[in-house]
Amino acid sequence: MQASARPALSVNLKPTGIANTSREPSAPSSTRMTVSKVNFYYGEKQTLFDINMNIAQNRVTALIGPSGCGKSTLLRTFNRMHETVSNARLEGEILLDGQNILAQDVTQLRRRVGMVFQRPNPFPKSIFENVAYGPKINGAKAPIAEIVEKSLRRAALWDEVKDHLHKSAYELSGGQQQRLCIARGLAVEPEVLLLDEPCSALDPISTAKIEELLVQLKDSCTITIVTHNMQQAARVSDYTAFLLVGQLVEFNPTPLLFTTPGDPRTEAYITGRFG
Amino acid sequence: MASRSFVSRLREGDEIARLATFLCAASVVLITVLLVFELWRQSALPRHKFGFSFFLTRVWDPIAEQFGALPFIYGTLVTAAVALIIAVPLGIGAAIFLAELAPLRLSDPLQFLIDLLAAVPSVIYGFLGFFVVVPLMREWIEPALKKSLGFLPLFQGPAYGVGFLTAGMVLAIMVIPYIISVSREVLLSVPRDQREAALALGATRWESTWKVVVPFARAGIMGSIFLALARALGETMAVTMVIGNTPTISASLFSSGYSIAAVIANEFTEATGDLYLQSLIELGLVLFLLTFILNGLARLMMLLTTRRGTGMGNA
Amino acid sequence: MTGRLRWRKLVSGFMLTMTGVCALIAVSVLFLILGYLVYNGGTSINWEFFTKLPAPVGETGGGMANAIAGSAKLLLLATLLGVPIGFFGGVYLAEFSGSQVAFTVRYAADLLNGAPSIVIGIFAFAVAVHPFGHFSTLAGSFALGLMMIPITLRNTEEFLRAVPRALREGSMALGAGKWSTIVRVVIPAAYRGILTAILLALARVAGETAPLLFTALGNRYWSPGWNQPTASLPVMIYTYALSPYEDWHRQAWAAGLVLLGLILAVNIVARVILSRGTAVPRS
Repeated sequence: MQASARPALSVNLKPTGIANTSREPSAPSSTRMTVSKVNFYYGEKQTLFDINMNIAQNRVTALIGPSGCGKSTLLRTFNRMHETVSNARLEGEILLDGQNILAQDVTQLRRRVGMVFQRPNPFPKSIFENVAYGPKINGAKAPIAEIVEKSLRRAALWDEVKDHLHKSAYELSGGQQQRLCIARGLAVEPEVLLLDEPCSALDPISTAKIEELLVQLKDSCTITIVTHNMQQAARVSDYTAFLLVGQLVEFNPTPLLFTTPGDPRTEAYITGRFG
Repeated sequence: MASRSFVSRLREGDEIARLATFLCAASVVLITVLLVFELWRQSALPRHKFGFSFFLTRVWDPIAEQFGALPFIYGTLVTAAVALIIAVPLGIGAAIFLAELAPLRLSDPLQFLIDLLAAVPSVIYGFLGFFVVVPLMREWIEPALKKSLGFLPLFQGPAYGVGFLTAGMVLAIMVIPYIISVSREVLLSVPRDQREAALALGATRWESTWKVVVPFARAGIMGSIFLALARALGETMAVTMVIGNTPTISASLFSSGYSIAAVIANEFTEATGDLYLQSLIELGLVLFLLTFILNGLARLMMLLTTRRGTGMGNA
Repeated sequence: MTGRLRWRKLVSGFMLTMTGVCALIAVSVLFLILGYLVYNGGTSINWEFFTKLPAPVGETGGGMANAIAGSAKLLLLATLLGVPIGFFGGVYLAEFSGSQVAFTVRYAADLLNGAPSIVIGIFAFAVAVHPFGHFSTLAGSFALGLMMIPITLRNTEEFLRAVPRALREGSMALGAGKWSTIVRVVIPAAYRGILTAILLALARVAGETAPLLFTALGNRYWSPGWNQPTASLPVMIYTYALSPYEDWHRQAWAAGLVLLGLILAVNIVARVILSRGTAVPRS
């Protein structure tokens, strides 16, 4: 694909009917998470090299890059899910509100930093029970039914399921299941929500619904999303990080990164010359 | 011309092969049909004479030609129940360890050892049951149970070591490998992201295992229990060596009793007269039907697990 | 850390440890069984055990030569009766059959497999003893052979099916007929799994006692030919164990050790063979 004649602005920045209040290089926000000198290894093989970045509070940060660049690996360190793999090793520091998450209790951490996975993975329970699972095990203070309703509303799913709460989660469509997983993650009131390519298994309409959702959610939550879809990153995020073979090539406010990328590799990627 | 006969010979060769192998396959069906037929035919006498009361009569008196299956059905069910009560928690627990906790390097060799355990013949279990477990029960375990739980009718009465409890315990050891291997396989096949989703919500390892992974696999685990039950019902040698072999119905687990398989094994060659023999055969028919139903249920459960795994909603 | 979280983590650690205990208990049973057999029977395994006939009732000494020979004969004939039917039936299911017939045959095989061994014994009695009026080695082999059929059948089918289409097509494209392809290409590709299945079936029926109780019965002497009742290791163990004679108990321990040792050895060999081969379905 000859890209020489194509302007860097080949990415669609037109809002798709979303109230986009934070399109400007965002009003400065405090830092929620800090990634500092992170190196990551699977056994002998190093897959992340000296990553340093800040995740801004109440903003959406997108991690983009070609497949294999390490963006999912990096995301999974934020809630220490990498520890479920036996030969994974992390060096460096990741701070949440100034405290190193690697030194904290992992169960507590994961309540504060939630995750939504690539393929919807609801539990084999009812819709209600799926959302109630987190609050129940963590010991919720408010009545469970209230929490479930609130979470389903935040995930823009309440109206569609409010009369069917006791049906099996598997009766929902793929897009609905993924919103259910978002609701489930929100039910424990996390401070940060991590989403690993949440729309890659979904149709365009469901994708649009979820993107809308994310922009609304950031007022109450800090969002980090991994996506292989650049247009999605441009639509949804305030900050974008571009990773390439395990290195953080560029990290900038989204409009900046997509219109005037600072690094030639970033430009090559977003103009579609590779990846 | 020459090529045609070559080709037709070739096809003929295939045809013969097809026929010969078909006959072998068909004979399997024939044998099975014959089996059921013979069991049915050769139990005609007691079926006509006693009808359904065969299953409700307590008396088993060959001399008076009175045959009632109740003591054997009772013994079979009680020992199976004891076996499951012991084996299911142990088996599922071990399966959880092997599937969720142990790294594959440990889990596979351990599973291999469990498979070897399943290969131990019934007579060896019976033999060890008789020489090792029975004295253990008689000297230590049954007196201890009597002292602590003797207020329950289950643990009252004379304790000689042989009886329902001992048979149940030996059966438990025999069926655990089946529960473990099937449950482990089902647990291993639960998609990773189920467990990860639970952990990502801040669940402890036990919570994610017990509340998410195990329920996901519950159909398969149920299937393994049905399988184990089917084995427990049909076990002959181990049971007959430790159950005491008296057709008694008693609330006490210490009492000696009898099972369907055991009475057939003991009295078949001594059976005088057609009614006696055929009554034993009718017991065999009952046993066959019971295991048939249970195995069918087990297979149904396994089918349910594989179907549900793909039962995700459509996009 | 809140109190609740501390409690949850405590519960988690405790329950997970308990599962380890369960696994330990299960595995240790195997070693206990072997241990007891070795301890009690090891010293009685001697030349006499393998070569002498049982001594007259009540006397000490003697061996189990006839039982060992009897078991060997029973298993040999059982294999000759059961394996070909199971094997060729499996070939039919994998290579020739449509789905309807296949379903019926598989269902029948599962039925046969699930039948308790004592019921197989009854059937074998009805077919091979009753009409002839006497117990025999043949009848015992018939019973054991019946039990080998379903295992051989299902495994043959599974392992043959696992051979990739590409191999078959390659052979046929070279002009080989269907049967030729099966014999020269498919079966050799699957031989490991099939051999394993036969070994495992053998190991399973080698320890069976119940079906022999009313077919081959037992015999305190040699059993020439195929028409007489014969002694076998499992039945000897059973008889001796329940007898009142100390010396017979001693011999039963030895017999148990020999029987279990052989069965476990065959199992281990079978699985080693299987694991050496390429990825094929487990039996």
